[in-house]
Amino acid sequence: MQTSTSWRSFRMAAWLGWVIESNWTDPFLFAVYSIVKPISGAAILVIMYGIISQGNYDSALFPYIYLGNAFYIYVGAVMTGVSWAVVDDREHYKTLKYMYIAPIYIPLYLLGRGVARFITGSIAVFITIAAGLLFLNVKINFAEVDWLLFFVTLFVGVVMLALLGLLLAGITLTVARHEGFIGEATAGALYIFSGAIFPLDVLPEWLRPVGYFMPTTYWLELLRRSLVGDVAQAFPTLANFSNMEILGVLLALSVFFGTVSIYVFRWCDARARELGLIDRTTNY
Amino acid sequence: MDSLKPDNIAALRPYSRKDTGWRLFLKTIIARAYPRIIGQQREVSWLVFDVIMPMLAVISYVLVYRALNAPEEYIGFVVMGGAMTAFWMNILWSMSSQLYWEKEQGNLALYIMAPNSMMAILLGMALGGMLATAMRAIAVTLLGMFMFGVTYTVSSYLQLFLVFMLAMVALYGMGMMMASAFLLFGREAWHMANLAQEPIFLASGFYFPIKSLPFWVAAGASIIPLTLGMDAMRQLVFPTGFQFGFMSVQLEIIILSVLSVVFVVTAKILLAYIEKIAVREGRITESRR
Repeated sequence: MQTSTSWRSFRMAAWLGWVIESNWTDPFLFAVYSIVKPISGAAILVIMYGIISQGNYDSALFPYIYLGNAFYIYVGAVMTGVSWAVVDDREHYKTLKYMYIAPIYIPLYLLGRGVARFITGSIAVFITIAAGLLFLNVKINFAEVDWLLFFVTLFVGVVMLALLGLLLAGITLTVARHEGFIGEATAGALYIFSGAIFPLDVLPEWLRPVGYFMPTTYWLELLRRSLVGDVAQAFPTLANFSNMEILGVLLALSVFFGTVSIYVFRWCDARARELGLIDRTTNY
Repeated sequence: MDSLKPDNIAALRPYSRKDTGWRLFLKTIIARAYPRIIGQQREVSWLVFDVIMPMLAVISYVLVYRALNAPEEYIGFVVMGGAMTAFWMNILWSMSSQLYWEKEQGNLALYIMAPNSMMAILLGMALGGMLATAMRAIAVTLLGMFMFGVTYTVSSYLQLFLVFMLAMVALYGMGMMMASAFLLFGREAWHMANLAQEPIFLASGFYFPIKSLPFWVAAGASIIPLTLGMDAMRQLVFPTGFQFGFMSVQLEIIILSVLSVVFVVTAKILLAYIEKIAVREGRITESRR
């Protein structure tokens, strides 16, 4: 019974999220929307790189930046997908209180709501990488790609991000709606500590430990290694670690952050119930 | 007896004839800004999500240039661009798409019923959000100075002041134009506002000199006031900034003056026109879920 409730909560939330995300316009505009945003984000970095390197896209730093940025799209998408569902349901559709009294499991409902953003995020990642391959000299030899490592890493990372999204959803329950998206703001802030677009060695020394503590650092490193192995050797940050060692660290940190996320969500959820925040709207 | 308290008697007074014209306009701005400013005092979590976290995102772009061993000017360019994003986000989320929220919450109909100007309502929203916007812009600027040693050498304070003010007038005029379009939007309002982030950061050269883009792309992007505003300010506050200028500062001041007039006048006309359409088509109170 518990399993069926959990599965039903997740499945229906995923479907609901997809409908909300995709049916606001016609498929053409939706496709344009899905393409323009990520390509623009990548183009900012490409132009920055191009100006300084004077168009030398053969350096190992370029695929490092480009692939790191491409996969980082997942961070904003998944974390925002899960956490924004709280604002969307509570303040926009005003249905969160009904969800709370329905026979569903709220954490899994929120995780399910994030699936739609995961799907649109996957499209954005695919398009960004395809544009890099076609137009920007990003070289991936598909015969040499470690697919098993790639998919295992991707799966672990997405689960980890979803749980971090749950943590943010908990925080969202206890705060008012402000100007931006909490998920995207957090993803923007973590950008600096994840080695997404520059090696961690560039960070001031006192900030590097934060980067080593972030699971996204190891996640992005493994994704890069699985696609373009030689990029890893060009930067000393994690060069002394084998793939399995990094995967082990990623799993350990994912379990740690996942556990923290669940407890934080429970605490925030209880606090939101106590303070009567489940149906509050921000009207300023 | 309660009904005879002085406050209640004041509330029963007839509508003051003095509250018309500019007086009403200014009072409306203050009235709309007031709840936003008070709301921000009541819960300060916005400091984390709207000031500190975006500040960290700007650092990332600075460190990309550091990783590439870019000249120091570029660090200053990114810091200025990062500070100016606050104003773009303000018109996007606190002004344009806010009308959609107001519609969903039921306030929009009240705004239109009340004998005040919608432009004043929009300016009040912007003014109310200015606390967060200014804090974010100042925080990023100070971060650039103290963490990355960015130095500002202003060649002309008068021109800098003029450029900034004209860019703001044109930008908020543009924001009001966009808000009128958002009156007609349903759920797509969110997505349109979301879509106007990265593509604008790219086209307007928030993180690199606009001169780096092909001429016609840069010229097209100049329709967004921040494009020329930032280009001019970079020329005025960084000693070597003029080398990266897209146009001369004087020409940019003239174009920004024209944009200011065009956007503000068009916004007034569009707001009245779109409001009429929205009323006629019954979109003021609709809630397309």
